[in-house]
Formats: sequence, structure tokens, C-alpha cells
Amino acid sequence: MSKKVLLGNEAIARGAYEAGCHVAAAYPGTPSTEILETIARDYRDIKSQWSPNEKVALEVVAGASIAGARALAAMKHVGLNVAADPLFTFSYTGVNGGMVIINADDPGAWSSQNEQDNRHFARAAKVPMIEPSGPAEAKEFVKLAFDISEQFDRPVIVRITTRIAHSQEIVELGEKKDVPVREFIRDPKKYVMIPAHARPRHKFIEEQLVKLKEYSNKSDLNRIEKGTTRRGIICNGVAYNYVKEVCPDDWVLKIGFIWPLPDDMIREFAGLVDEIIVVEELDPFIEEYVKAMGIKVRGKDIVPLLGELTPEIVDEALNKNRPLNSVPDYRNEIPGRPPQLCPGCPHAFVFEVLKKLDLHVNGDIGCYTLGVLPPYSAMHSQGCMGASIGMNLGFEKAHGPEMAAKSIAVIGDSTFIHSGITALIDLVYNKGTGTVLILDNRITAMTGHQDNPSTGKTLMGEDAYEIDLEQLVRAVGVKRVITVDPKNIEEFEKVVREEIAVREPSVIISLRKCVLIKN
Amino acid sequence: MKNVIFAGVGGQGVILASKILMEAAKNAGYGIKESEVHGMAQRGGSVDCHVRYGEKVYSPLIGKGHADYIVSLEILESMRKLDYLALDGTLIVSIEQINPAPVTVGTMKYPADLEEWIKSNVKNYKIVNTENAVKEVGSRKAMNIVMLGVLSKYLEFSMAEWETAIKNTVKDKFFDMNMKAFNAGRAF
Repeated sequence: MSKKVLLGNEAIARGAYEAGCHVAAAYPGTPSTEILETIARDYRDIKSQWSPNEKVALEVVAGASIAGARALAAMKHVGLNVAADPLFTFSYTGVNGGMVIINADDPGAWSSQNEQDNRHFARAAKVPMIEPSGPAEAKEFVKLAFDISEQFDRPVIVRITTRIAHSQEIVELGEKKDVPVREFIRDPKKYVMIPAHARPRHKFIEEQLVKLKEYSNKSDLNRIEKGTTRRGIICNGVAYNYVKEVCPDDWVLKIGFIWPLPDDMIREFAGLVDEIIVVEELDPFIEEYVKAMGIKVRGKDIVPLLGELTPEIVDEALNKNRPLNSVPDYRNEIPGRPPQLCPGCPHAFVFEVLKKLDLHVNGDIGCYTLGVLPPYSAMHSQGCMGASIGMNLGFEKAHGPEMAAKSIAVIGDSTFIHSGITALIDLVYNKGTGTVLILDNRITAMTGHQDNPSTGKTLMGEDAYEIDLEQLVRAVGVKRVITVDPKNIEEFEKVVREEIAVREPSVIISLRKCVLIKN
Repeated sequence: MKNVIFAGVGGQGVILASKILMEAAKNAGYGIKESEVHGMAQRGGSVDCHVRYGEKVYSPLIGKGHADYIVSLEILESMRKLDYLALDGTLIVSIEQINPAPVTVGTMKYPADLEEWIKSNVKNYKIVNTENAVKEVGSRKAMNIVMLGVLSKYLEFSMAEWETAIKNTVKDKFFDMNMKAFNAGRAF
């Protein structure tokens, strides 16, 4: 078989292909975006799509699975928050065809609003989770995830982190396994979660977890690697590589099966060494579990809780080695290089005006979040995807309608479709008078130019209905809808001034293509 | 084991340069690991790629103090990476200057003494002016490949191996231009 250098996300796409996956859906989000992009580019037998958000993506995948297909959803860590609702209940229904969720955490928050550790989701939703340590493993783990899913009737989460998603190594390519789409047999007791059905299903999934623990104990996803010292390191994901590099003589328990954890193997490991240290990124997930088993371990008292680990951080924590400095420190401060809006970016015109008018700006997630940085410094609160409109209404509820004349919600076209539209319905329904500025640059720009329902193209490159934002906004009851080109800066400023002053909901669509769109 | 860091500004093409190096290392039968930056930082921010190759490579990241080569496509960016340089490591840097935001908006100055400072504080360095090279090649975008050409003189791969690696990595219509850029780099 041939070998290829693949990015972690490309290897995952390859794994889906080799596993005979039929359907894949996602909403773009760093560091997970390239998974679906690769599937759509290289593995066209898989029906792949961008969904409006992660919840819908997971629901499409759950539907495909229950209907009998092997199906995969991919999302970044905060995307799984959006998709948590389907996750927790499709955990109850289980699957028909294999159902796999790729979850990409972002320790270090390289491209994210937080550093949440989604291993907790596996435990809370009672679904198995496995975690590879590199791209080659990632491909194999995805294939295995489909098998585990079908064998135990569970959705399976494959957890990766930024350093797996965006690292490359040599991957051996395998053959595609042809898996037929299974028959769907109506079974409301399994697939309709009314309380009377949910209670017995809860019992079922607890029983499956017991079986999965046995499986985890025997699985070669977990392995003990012999050392020559009396010290043992328990580690997972990318941290395994750092441990192997800086502690080549220690015993290692590599955990690939994150949930359920392999109790027997952990006990066996504890019997082989005199002391154990858990090296894991973010939360003390494994550490607390092992401690609860009554085994003495160290972990977050020496390994950092915050940010991502690196070889030198692990070396210092475990071996007390400090990095060698071959070059003295430069005497002056080096100017930072924060990311910037591109030259000619339409958002730049918008933020110039918002800054001038000194409005309170409730922002959202996209390139335009960079409006918070100099030279604009024109964004003052922001949370998650779609939050701007609800937050802006909250500001008005807190301070009265005068606040609506001094504040504005700013949201991109793709983010508006993702989860802004429901908040706009709230604004109209609950008699807000605020102004919403939709930055329509005709693309999902931040994650590297993906299509969305307003671009008129699908992920697989087909023409699609191009959603009419003006019509959509009018349909929920907004009467004042104005589309304006922000490059026409005087006109744009005039429109903003008028709309914030009006005591009724209004939407300004700031329409100008992203400068990076090639024609 | 060889550890190489490519550094630069989002858009300069550090990922492509590292891809070509990985291809050469793969064809020579080495194990490879690489780590790169996507997403928000790419919007004109600082970016880097860590490339490691050898018999058995575990970590996709190079530890501080362990880089054999740092190849920086912009001089200020090289300064952020110096703590990665190994005791006998070499810094290969272009004198190209791209003003970062704090300089553009006037809150900070672009340090004027970087070239001099590197000469007196870094043991092994190669400072190159790629201005004429990219002019000859006809594209500023080829600077990454010029710098890869400079690096290639320090590494074990033959010219034929580099040529194959470039051929396998770039689009056919850009092959000649990239070879020209690569050879310009080797001439430094």
C-alpha cells in the first residue's frame, strides 16, 4: 500500500473513507475544518455537506445512522456545545449504521474563545471516546470507531486536539471497505425517546458502558510500554509523544480509550512502578479518575493545567530540565504581530464607523471579532456563535430603550444563519428596538472560505438556493431592513445613525464581498 | 534527527516550504512529524512550522533549545524563535521587513538594529537579502522557496531529491518558477 504525508484532519477523512462512511456533515471550525473539506475534495462517494450549525450537522448524521448509513460529524470543541442536545439523546437511541463524532479540542485556544476539555462530554453523555496520538493513529481510530459504534450501539467520539489536527506525518493508505447501507427497521422504543422509552434505554446504555469498560481493558488502544526506571507515566493524545521524547526510560501507560477508562490496566500499571505521574493537557480528567480508584498519582501539581503542553514543558515538569538558551535575550521589547483584518477588508469600513459613533458593540464570532483590537478597538462584549443579537437585547432589557440607541449587534452572514436568526425572532417577539448589523461578505471567511446557505454553493460544489437574507429577516417581523455597501462610508454612517435612533427593530445588511474571494 | 523551524508572517508560505522539506525527507526514507498553524493566526499574524525527521520521531513540536535550523522569512519573526535554537544550531534569516500592527498604527517602532544584533549574538547565522532573487524569479511569493534553497545547502538531500520533492508538491505550472527560486536560494 502507498504511503503519504497527511495532515491529521486529512488522515481522519481518509479513515472515514476506508471505513466505508456514507454521509458526513459539519459546520466549519478551526481546528476541525479540513476534515470535511478533504472528504468533499478526495472522497466524493461520501455525501458530504456543510450544515448551518453543528447541532443540525449532528442531527443529519444521527438520522443517516438510524436510517442505516455509516455517518460522521466533525466539529470543534465549542461546536459540540451547540450539538450537545442531540448528543445526549442520540446517546439514548443509539445507532443503526455506525455513528462517529470527531471532536477537535483547542488547548492553547489558538483559534477559539475558550480551552474547554471535551473529555467531560463523553462521561456526561455516556458515550465512548477514543483519542489518537498522531495522524496515522487517527486514521485507524476512526475506522475502529465505526466498528465500536455498531458493535455496542453507541455514537462514538474521536477526540483530537489542534496538534493532532494540524500536524503531519507519514500515513499508510489502506483499501476502502465496502459497507452496505443497512435496512431501517421501525422500532419506536429505540428511536423515539418519550419518557417511557427513555427509562429502559438509560438502563441499556449503563449496561453498554460496563461492556465497554471490559472492551477498554482489553483494547490495544491502551498499552503499557516497558521502562527501565521505577517511574510510570500515564498519558494520552499528543502528550504521549512529548513523554516518549523526554522520558525515554520511564514506564508508560498510553491511554487511547478515554472513556470508559481501563481500570484493570491502570491497576496493573500501578503494580509495576513505584510512582505514577499523569501527563494530560487541560483538566485532570484521568488523574482524578485514577485517584478515585484509590491509587496514588501526581499530575496537575507539577504539569500545567492551562494551555497546551510542549516537549520543554513536560521536560521541566518531569525532569526539572530547563531549556538551554543558546542566544541571549534581545534587550528591547519586540513588537507583537496580532492577526489583522486584511487590507481592503469590508469589515474595516464598518469598524471605522462604529468607532466614530462610539456605540457599544455586541460582537460575534468571525474575522470581524478582530474589530476588538487596535486600530479599531470597537467591540465590547462577545461570547459564542450567534450571541450578539441576544446580548444586545439583554443590554436593552437592562437599561431601557435608550440603550438600544447607543448599542448595536454585529454578526457575520454565516454566524447569523448558524444561530443568529433565532435571537432575531426573540428581538421582534419580545419588543426590542435594537439594531442588528449583518456583515454579509458572501462567505464563511475566518475558517478559510467555506460555502454556506447564503453563498449559493454546497460543499460538494453544486449550485444551491442562495438564501435571501433581506427576505428572511422581513419574514420574522423586522420591518426596517436596509442593505448598504460599507465602502460607501458616508452613506453607511448615515444608515447606522438613522437605524439606532429608530424605536423599532432594524437590520442593516452591510453587503460587500470578502477581499480574498477570487473571481 | 533534524529539527527545522520555518517562521514568517501569515501569507508568506511557510507551510509550502515545510511541505517540500517533508516530501524530500519522506522520499529519503525518514520518519517525519510536522506541526503548523491554521485559523485566526493566519490573518497576517506570526506563523511557524516545525518539521522533524529522523529514524523515529515522536513529538510534532520541537522543544525550546533543540532547533538545528531556524529559517525565518522575516527578520522580526526570527527574534520570536531564537529560544528554540540549539547550541550549535543555525539561524537562516531574510532581511525582509513586514511591519506588524503596533508599528503600522505607530504605538511601537520596528527595531532598527536586528541585523547587527543577530551578527553579534547568534553563533551560527546566515543573513540573506532576497530582494534581487525574487525580482529575478518574478514573484515576491517565491521568497519561501528561495529561503528553502538557502537551507538546502545545509541538509543532506541531493539536488535530484529536492527537484523531485518540489515536483511532487507544487502545481505543474509553477514548477519552473519554483525551481528558479530554489536555485537562486542555493546560490547565496
